[in-house]
Amino acid sequence: MNPLVLPSIGLVFWTSIAFICLLIILRKFAWKPILGAIHEREQSIDEALNKAELAKQEMTRLTSQNQDLMQQARAERDEILKEAKTLKDGILNEAKKQAQVEGAKLIEKAKIEIENQKKAALAEVKDQVSSLSLEIAERVLRTQLDDKTKQEALVANLLKDVELN
Amino acid sequence: MDCNQVFVSKVKKVIVVFTLLIAFFSIKVNAFAQVDSAVVPVDSVVAKSAEAVSGEHGVVEHGKEKFEPTKVIMEHIADSHMWHFWGHTSMPLPVILYTANGIEFFSSGHFHHGKEDYNGTHNTYRLVEDQIKVVGTDGSIDEVASKSILDFSITKNVAAMFIAIAFILIIFISVAGTYRKRIGKAPKGLQSFIEPIIVFVRDDIAKPNIGHKYAKFMPYLLTTFFFILFNNVLGLIPIFPGGANVTGNIALTFVMALGTMIIVNINGNKYYWKHIFKPDVPFWLYPIMIPVELIGIISKPFALMIRLFANITAGHIIVLSLISLIFIFETLWISPVSIAFVIFMDVLELLVAFLQAFIFTLLTALFIGMAVEEHH
Repeated sequence: MNPLVLPSIGLVFWTSIAFICLLIILRKFAWKPILGAIHEREQSIDEALNKAELAKQEMTRLTSQNQDLMQQARAERDEILKEAKTLKDGILNEAKKQAQVEGAKLIEKAKIEIENQKKAALAEVKDQVSSLSLEIAERVLRTQLDDKTKQEALVANLLKDVELN
Repeated sequence: MDCNQVFVSKVKKVIVVFTLLIAFFSIKVNAFAQVDSAVVPVDSVVAKSAEAVSGEHGVVEHGKEKFEPTKVIMEHIADSHMWHFWGHTSMPLPVILYTANGIEFFSSGHFHHGKEDYNGTHNTYRLVEDQIKVVGTDGSIDEVASKSILDFSITKNVAAMFIAIAFILIIFISVAGTYRKRIGKAPKGLQSFIEPIIVFVRDDIAKPNIGHKYAKFMPYLLTTFFFILFNNVLGLIPIFPGGANVTGNIALTFVMALGTMIIVNINGNKYYWKHIFKPDVPFWLYPIMIPVELIGIISKPFALMIRLFANITAGHIIVLSLISLIFIFETLWISPVSIAFVIFMDVLELLVAFLQAFIFTLLTALFIGMAVEEHH
């Protein structure tokens, strides 16, 4: 047989010993720490990724919550504004009405006053007219009664009236 | 099985390369022969005498320098008691022999490249074609005594393997230290080079093939992967720390495959054994099926052994053959072609180095997965 395919005892022996020693040493001092560290790191990375995912979800949740809050606040604001407007309108209307009523009252008062004034004025006018007529009458009488005959005629006339009564 | 396919294809590759080499050789020889035959008729006597003189001279001169590619290549891919660097510079390696009388321990430098014998404590030894033989009292080799000694020498392959192991230990223990220091942090430096490979072995080799029980087999799979990978890659480096054909040696692949076989069969559950001894076929097929399944236990790791050995050895043979072209043609002008092909092959072999480590580990994981599978 070709010596190439004939395993020599020496090399078989040394390879066995060397390989077994290598296996034992590497298992204890290399593979265990290396594989352990890789595994640990992978787990920590997984954990970190999961955490990041959770944080992201939390983020989106918070954002949507914020949006909801904003919307709610906006709606509330709108409502408040609306209420204020109606309130304002109410107040205005009331004020207008009241003003109208007041105005009407004032007008009424003014009318009464005017009426009163008018009456008073008329009364005064009447007085004045009567006094003026009296004065006129007096003056007329005086001028007419300068003459004796005329006086007598008047008296007679007056007497006639009285008699009629 | 695919092992045969791979082996056959590799053998074919080797055959093709060798055929090409032989073809080059014969063309060259023929060319010379033709020149000679053309010269002869002109002045046959003078030519012949001249040829005889030059031939004699040539035998003396070229006999020493005659280039035999097969021998050179086989020397390079085979194991050795020396670590040859360049020219006549080589590093002697320790020789450890187990003899009936006790253990011998000496340096292979005493052999002076096989030129001298060494008188050990128990016997006299001689290095013949890199095999240590016992020399009898009469000065000739004692074959019976040579067979009885066991050679546990630290050969070139053993030394190269130790160097690879040293590299692995230094790299991985330091990386493990980095992991301890930088808990939970991103990988850095060597760590970030090693980590993807470890994660690859875990996620693409172990997990899909073994299932949830993968963690128990991770140390074996990782050690196998990196052991093969480092030896493959070091084997591609032509100078000192590398250059040995470690994973292309059947002894090493035999041990690796044996390890896989042991792990698989130790961890085989009842379904695995039921599949072997009570397969789901009509009972009269049992006489065929049970031997087939039993052979399967052996043939699967056998395929692993042959695949790795053949792939790496074939790669080394091709690279060495291409380099040999320069010496076969005895001209520097062929070297650009050789080097271009060698670079191409080296890149390919780098891929093969990773691929074979991957395939060995993958198939080991697959066999383990088949053995520990819970349901059918």
